[in-house]
Amino acid sequence: MRKLLSGIAFLSLLITGCSNSYQKDTSRLDLIKKRGELICGVSGKIPGFSFLGINGEYKGLDVDICKSFAAGILGDSNKIQYRPLTAAERFTAIKTGEIDILSRNTTFTLSRDSSGGNGLSFAPVVFYDGQGLMVKKESNISNIEDLQNKSICVGSGTTTEQNINDVFESKSLPYTPIKYQDLNQVIAGYLQGRCSAMTSDRSQLAAARSGFKNPEEHIILKNVLSKEPLSPASDGADNKLADALRWIIFTLITAEEEGITKGNIDEKVKLAKNNPQLKSLRRFLGVDGGLGEKIGLRNDFTINVIKATGNYGEIYERNLGEDSDVPIPRELNQLFKNGGLHFSPPFN
Amino acid sequence: MKSYKSIFFQIIIILLFICLFGFLINNLIINLIRTDLGFNFSWLLKPASFALAEHALPYSPSDSYAWALFIGWLNSLKVIFVSLFLSTILGIIIGLSRTGNNILLKIFSSFYITIIRQTPLLLQLMFWYFVGFLGLKNNFIYFSNLFKINNQGIDFFGLSLTSEFSALIIGLSVFTSAFIAEVIRGGIISVPKGQWESFRSLGLSERNGLIRVIIPQALPAIIPGLTSQYLNLAKNSTLAIAIGYSDIYAINDTIINQTGRAIECFIILLLTFLILNLLITNLMETINKFINKKKIYIN
Repeated sequence: MRKLLSGIAFLSLLITGCSNSYQKDTSRLDLIKKRGELICGVSGKIPGFSFLGINGEYKGLDVDICKSFAAGILGDSNKIQYRPLTAAERFTAIKTGEIDILSRNTTFTLSRDSSGGNGLSFAPVVFYDGQGLMVKKESNISNIEDLQNKSICVGSGTTTEQNINDVFESKSLPYTPIKYQDLNQVIAGYLQGRCSAMTSDRSQLAAARSGFKNPEEHIILKNVLSKEPLSPASDGADNKLADALRWIIFTLITAEEEGITKGNIDEKVKLAKNNPQLKSLRRFLGVDGGLGEKIGLRNDFTINVIKATGNYGEIYERNLGEDSDVPIPRELNQLFKNGGLHFSPPFN
Repeated sequence: MKSYKSIFFQIIIILLFICLFGFLINNLIINLIRTDLGFNFSWLLKPASFALAEHALPYSPSDSYAWALFIGWLNSLKVIFVSLFLSTILGIIIGLSRTGNNILLKIFSSFYITIIRQTPLLLQLMFWYFVGFLGLKNNFIYFSNLFKINNQGIDFFGLSLTSEFSALIIGLSVFTSAFIAEVIRGGIISVPKGQWESFRSLGLSERNGLIRVIIPQALPAIIPGLTSQYLNLAKNSTLAIAIGYSDIYAINDTIINQTGRAIECFIILLLTFLILNLLITNLMETINKFINKKKIYIN
């Protein structure tokens, strides 16, 4: 009996001891630098965004964003570990610390951003998307009303599932959702004729269609069901990392605004160093001002980022441009000065 | 002296278990605090705002998460009980043909068992769904409006089953039946050969002898194995998510994504399956007791 009692006493000590020794974590930014490697959560299944190429390397817009983060934080865009994640796994992976950042075509929403919801922090939008519907040309469906009482293939665990419901409910149109866990299954269900339509972000529909045997037999309806601003995300409790990510994205956009590219970066650096009167360029490239230090990075982090991936426009052209495998017109993803939505606050 | 020692060791082992358990719970609580995710079940009453393709009771997206979970639970039960029934019948037929004297049936049933038991269930479900059902043409089988099979499912005298439900039922039943067949064969083999010879010498027909002499004696060996196959079937039904059927696991998955309440959702899932499986175990236990009593009576 005495042994039992002392055992219980020991145990309770152990438990209280543990909870007392707990301390709030330091920023992951320091952890990433210490580890010398960035762990980046991607999808791995969406051509144009993140896709495993023939040579076994990840390619796409989301992957290039990972690379620019690694270049900005570590100075080397190759020091990345990619973790392919499903839509359902991604938020838990961030909260448990399995990955440092999530660059997986994730829609920026209030409940994901808030501490009362998924508790993430979103970096600036890297792709402005909207949800759409794809149907077979021969079905003669031309708008949402034609889909009344039809089945629609949708990926579960995404905002897509909620949006399609909101739209159909607001129009009082009954429909049958067929939910799959994986985009590839959504595509298979649609192609095999289980559903009259499939729904996803319009960029994903275009990417999927590019892989079909006869892409011209499928049309993406004109209706845009929702706003889908896609952003990289990190743990919401970690402001230091979030700041660093935010300004690395703005680096890509500012570089395009200023016409700084992978090709001319060395020239621009030389120009900035030799001309003290080019104040804003000197600040941006870290010659003056010490801006990088303020967000826990090297002062010349912008140079590393641009050298690694080029500016935003270059990333877009490489992965989604006219000559790429998944051409998607730039439209909303133009710079603000060209009629799109991308705009960077000043590097001051 | 010896018994003191063994009691001492048992206490140590129990304490170690308590320590381990305490450590795990402690770890969970610390992590919940760290990630700002305290336990909270109030979200259960908020509107679910997702539609479901199949619901046994009225459901609309403005109903609560709790109701959506309940609908998912009913969908799971529907699948579990229908496949339980079908797999038992199929398993008995295959098991008996494997032990019987008909060579053709024997070869067929061992072939069936070998193929089904050596391939993963997930693969089989995908096969039944994507190849079996979705591969069908629009008018694969069509007898007026009474009986139809096509890639939208099965229509059977006014009862329409979706292709997801049908593929899941077929996949689970076929898979489990192969295991049940082996359990039944094992039970029948466990009956001594003398029993067969004695009923034959009494002039009973093969069918009568099997039903009245062999099976009652085989049942005590069959029931425990059968129970574990039923439990497996109930748990395997969660693979429904792979082929787009909205069972409780699939609905849980959606809810986790919408609310971010992973731990609460998994606790609910765990409890529902625990309760269901305890029910199945207890039911089978009762049947087992009943059979054993009867055996004493026969003897």
